[in-house]
Amino acid sequence: MIEIKNLTKSFGDNLVWKDVSLQIEEGRTLAIIGKSGCGKSVLVKHINALMTPDEGEVIVDGRNIFKLNYVELRLVRQQFGFLFQGAALFDSISAYENVAFPLRYFTNKTEKEIHKRVTDCLEMVNLGNIGNKGTSELSGGMRKRVGLARAIVLQPQYIMYDEPTSGLDPETSEEINELIVRLSENLNITSIVVTHDMHSVLDIADSAAFLDEQKLSWYGTIDELRESNHERLMSFVKASEYQI
Amino acid sequence: MDIFYDFGRYGRLLYQAIRSSTEVKSYYRNFVSEMIKTGYESLPIVMLAGLFTGAVLTIQTSYQLISALIPKSTIGAIVSQSIIIELAAVISGLILAGRVGARIATELGTMRVSEQIDALESMGFNSVSFLVVPRVLAGFVMFPVLWVAAATCGIGGGILAGWVTGSVPAADFMQGAREFFFAWDIIFGLTKAVVFGFIITSISCFKGYYATGGAEGVGNATTNAAVLSCIYILLADLVLAAVLL
Repeated sequence: MIEIKNLTKSFGDNLVWKDVSLQIEEGRTLAIIGKSGCGKSVLVKHINALMTPDEGEVIVDGRNIFKLNYVELRLVRQQFGFLFQGAALFDSISAYENVAFPLRYFTNKTEKEIHKRVTDCLEMVNLGNIGNKGTSELSGGMRKRVGLARAIVLQPQYIMYDEPTSGLDPETSEEINELIVRLSENLNITSIVVTHDMHSVLDIADSAAFLDEQKLSWYGTIDELRESNHERLMSFVKASEYQI
Repeated sequence: MDIFYDFGRYGRLLYQAIRSSTEVKSYYRNFVSEMIKTGYESLPIVMLAGLFTGAVLTIQTSYQLISALIPKSTIGAIVSQSIIIELAAVISGLILAGRVGARIATELGTMRVSEQIDALESMGFNSVSFLVVPRVLAGFVMFPVLWVAAATCGIGGGILAGWVTGSVPAADFMQGAREFFFAWDIIFGLTKAVVFGFIITSISCFKGYYATGGAEGVGNATTNAAVLSCIYILLADLVLAAVLL
């Protein structure tokens, strides 16, 4: 389980948000929503300590990750998969090697075992025939899927998705959403999805956290969200539906 | 205040690099490829620079020393010593600040702004040991090798220019070079190469690693890496000369 307690972050004089507290239950999917620039990606980067807060704690499996030494922190980070907004594939190696990359450094698997695991992961994201394509040859959707295959290759307990469907056409977005749901259900992974796409939220999440006005403005289950009369949240939801 | 902030971050990055230098498994593959990129691929330009520097220096020195009282071998002594104690290290250092420094800053800067460094960290890698340590180590190892190549070509270029222009016969050149040869000069030249290698690679890693702001940020990081490397090379050159000679 992940607990975020009273997290506050600012960059210089600019407050991003303050006093954010929420819990992410085991095997569930939380969507972090809000307008562009409200600090969704910043929040998610605190969950595996890629950023440090001004105040507050992030408790992962009972341990405050900001109190861990670097070696312990790296072990905690290995429990997380992270799909970055632009996929963050290493452009000096092929798509296949991107997925194999963590296995080569963090496991003692043989080349044959690595090949099997990489192929399995690529098949899970419907890219079984990608071969040794360079990352520059991949479309946006393919890059996200390779990024996703890399995120799950070490069988993480948690996956964080930063805008998984941004910049993709509706059909590819739908495919990515289905993948997220499938991975969550089949592998019982706890997921945190940063998005401003309400269709994704309603498709994949169990609960949602709405960041607005430099704070956690609303937090609840998807059923509660459907019934909510929170003015700014509803305005955000309606605007999102209106766009589609 | 910015300069203190930058020095602090630079010091912290070096401290992290030293601490993580024991994690050989995470950087040995990169170390080999960095030695090739920094050393082997820089050989042609460094050799060319050395060759022309030696040739020009010979022609100019022989032009300045037109006197029947000065033996021709003096030209060999001046040229070879100038190359060994100063020019091989400084000329190749300034060239490599552009070639190697700019490459390192661009690579790391692009990785930073495209979140590839965050991706490494989020997988559990120590990005400093993975990216910075192999580059700085490659600088330590390969810059002395490049210095040897530059100095050899410089002296070769001097002999060649003396022979082609007829200003100094090869035998006289070599005689002068041998007469004024001191082993300490070699140590001094190699020390400079090691220091310059460290300056270029560490500053470029620092600028690239902390790049911000997209394409413009990477451009700034690259420019700053090359310019700062050149400035600190010249500064270190002065300090080393004052301290070691």
